[in-house]
Amino acid sequence: MTTVELTKKDTFLAALSPLQFNEDSYFEGLRNNAKNELAELDFPTSKTEYWKYTRLGKIVNNTYTLGQPDKIDITNFLIPNLEAHVLVVINGYYSPELSNFTEIDSVTLTSLSAAKKRDFEGLKKHFNQFTQDKKEIFLALNNAFHTDGIYLEVAKSNSVEKPYHIINISTGNNTLSQSRNLFIGNVGSKVKIIESFVNVGGEKNFNNHVSEFFVAENTHLEYNKIQDKKENNFSIATEQVYQEANSNFTINTATFNGALVRNNLNIEVDASNCETNLNGLYLGKNKDHIDNHTVVDHKKPHCNSNEVYRGVLDDESTGVFNGKVFVRQDAQITNAFQQNNNILLSDNATANSKPELEIYADDVKCSHGSTTGQIDEEAIFYLQSRGISKKGALKLMINAFAKDALERISIETLHEYIDAKIEEELS
Amino acid sequence: MIKINNLHASIDGKEILKGINLEVKAGEVHAIMGPNGSGKSTLSSVLAGREEFEVTEGSVEFDGKDLLDLSPEDRAREGLFLAFQYPVEIPGVSNINFLKTAINEKRAYLNQEPVSAKEFLGMVKEKSALVELDSKLANRSVNEGFSGGEKKRNEIFQMAMLSPKLSILDETDSGLDIDALRIVANGVNKLKSPNNATIVITHYQRLLDYIVPDFVHVLYNGKIVKSGGKELAIELEEKGYDWIKSENVEL
Repeated sequence: MTTVELTKKDTFLAALSPLQFNEDSYFEGLRNNAKNELAELDFPTSKTEYWKYTRLGKIVNNTYTLGQPDKIDITNFLIPNLEAHVLVVINGYYSPELSNFTEIDSVTLTSLSAAKKRDFEGLKKHFNQFTQDKKEIFLALNNAFHTDGIYLEVAKSNSVEKPYHIINISTGNNTLSQSRNLFIGNVGSKVKIIESFVNVGGEKNFNNHVSEFFVAENTHLEYNKIQDKKENNFSIATEQVYQEANSNFTINTATFNGALVRNNLNIEVDASNCETNLNGLYLGKNKDHIDNHTVVDHKKPHCNSNEVYRGVLDDESTGVFNGKVFVRQDAQITNAFQQNNNILLSDNATANSKPELEIYADDVKCSHGSTTGQIDEEAIFYLQSRGISKKGALKLMINAFAKDALERISIETLHEYIDAKIEEELS
Repeated sequence: MIKINNLHASIDGKEILKGINLEVKAGEVHAIMGPNGSGKSTLSSVLAGREEFEVTEGSVEFDGKDLLDLSPEDRAREGLFLAFQYPVEIPGVSNINFLKTAINEKRAYLNQEPVSAKEFLGMVKEKSALVELDSKLANRSVNEGFSGGEKKRNEIFQMAMLSPKLSILDETDSGLDIDALRIVANGVNKLKSPNNATIVITHYQRLLDYIVPDFVHVLYNGKIVKSGGKELAIELEEKGYDWIKSENVEL
């Protein structure tokens, strides 16, 4: 008698198998490629360098039900005073009823699934271009089984004033969802996007999300990502970004909550005179585990990248930062700056920080640094001696530390919202 | 204002203050002088409430309250101010923001209304002029990137903003050139009133040319070994601290 033992991956794939997509052969082909890739891949263990500090047991040992479209009240997830087009994705499905936006001639905006049924030029050109064959199981899972998300394309030479706010929601318990976005900024365009990852009650939901960004010549694209899943929920989010000449890409990632959060940010700077800003703030509490892995790949000369990630870790939380900057042989006159700072508020909090530079060019200015420490007691006493309570002094200092990380958010009402949120979370 | 009675304090089991007695009344300026290691800074630290020091004996009465029973912030709210010998740099926390928080926490403690934005800005303008502090510095992070002189002027600026009853200036003259010393001293003198008092802790007599004390005390080996008028400071400057040391050996 032989017994066939199912691996974790098999169980996962079995849970996903009922999904039906009804797409044309082109998109079906892409999914099949990813399924073939999946056959060769397995879930990483702590022996896998890229996942060394993040154990995935919580995610891969859980039994899931597939996410379904749902209808909920989104009022609490709106950002006060923010004038934005609102797009809602629930459990990996676009919700036209809950979305609220005005059509603009210069912007093609639909659900990704609807886009696949139309013949948008940008879609076939860019979709899946930056995510194939990366040998990453979560990316491959999303390539093969993503349900829906947002397709947003800005026509060339258009600047869109009003930002787009995507609310990406998980509902229920043990819900597995795989949302997917594609953002295209054509030559000389400008657009700002906010995406909030939230949940409604419920535990052990897992969202495996992927966004692709194509940032064409002279384009300015700002993406602000707010991760705020309460309770015991899991998220893996991957952004694949491709920058052309003279473009400017900024991503701000604020992680306020989440039992297990992993962000994979990969930016390919494949032309000259680009600017790249990647900033992040993570506030860990309880047993939160928040992991940011970033890669900036400078392939061509005369580019700048600035990276600041800051963490405030309390209780038994863990923060992980791994930032890699490549400066390829052709990428002369690159300025790359990278920094990670952590404050530990408790003896049981942990920060793992690994800044890395790989430089193959000789005329570059690069720096990286990492600090992990506690709040300066002398500074606390100084503030106390002026009449500020110990708690107030801590708050002043941590707020200053945390707010500094997300200085580059250019949408004022969002900035205010984030600052208020920081104060709320740290109080 | 403040009555220090037989104050003993130690750090890590080592006794530094060995029975200090001192009374300062409203309107008075007292100078405490002494050689290095005599306990001058320990005294200011203990009065401000630094936790590392353990008070083993004695009492301190501040305006009728048991000072040693109060947290550092409550001491400040009751009207005690310590100008630090080494002001701390606090990146990211703006001078203005922190002072506003401090003033409002003090006001809340005293059951007073919070300061209005207009009133506060008026105060900042007036008080920063007092110590010739560039208003740009007032908006910067607390002491970050300030020169030594700017840090000390910022201490006096904060003192002016908080209008304390009792100010303790801990070696405020250390590291100051003569111009900065004059500015700082002018600021202190302008803040002097019949309702407040100042304790000036210093190693050298030169600060006392500018801030003229009513009383001078010499601290040596954890005790006040000599008290007198301002002429005592001059005598000390002439004879040096060895004079005190030898006298005390004889005792």
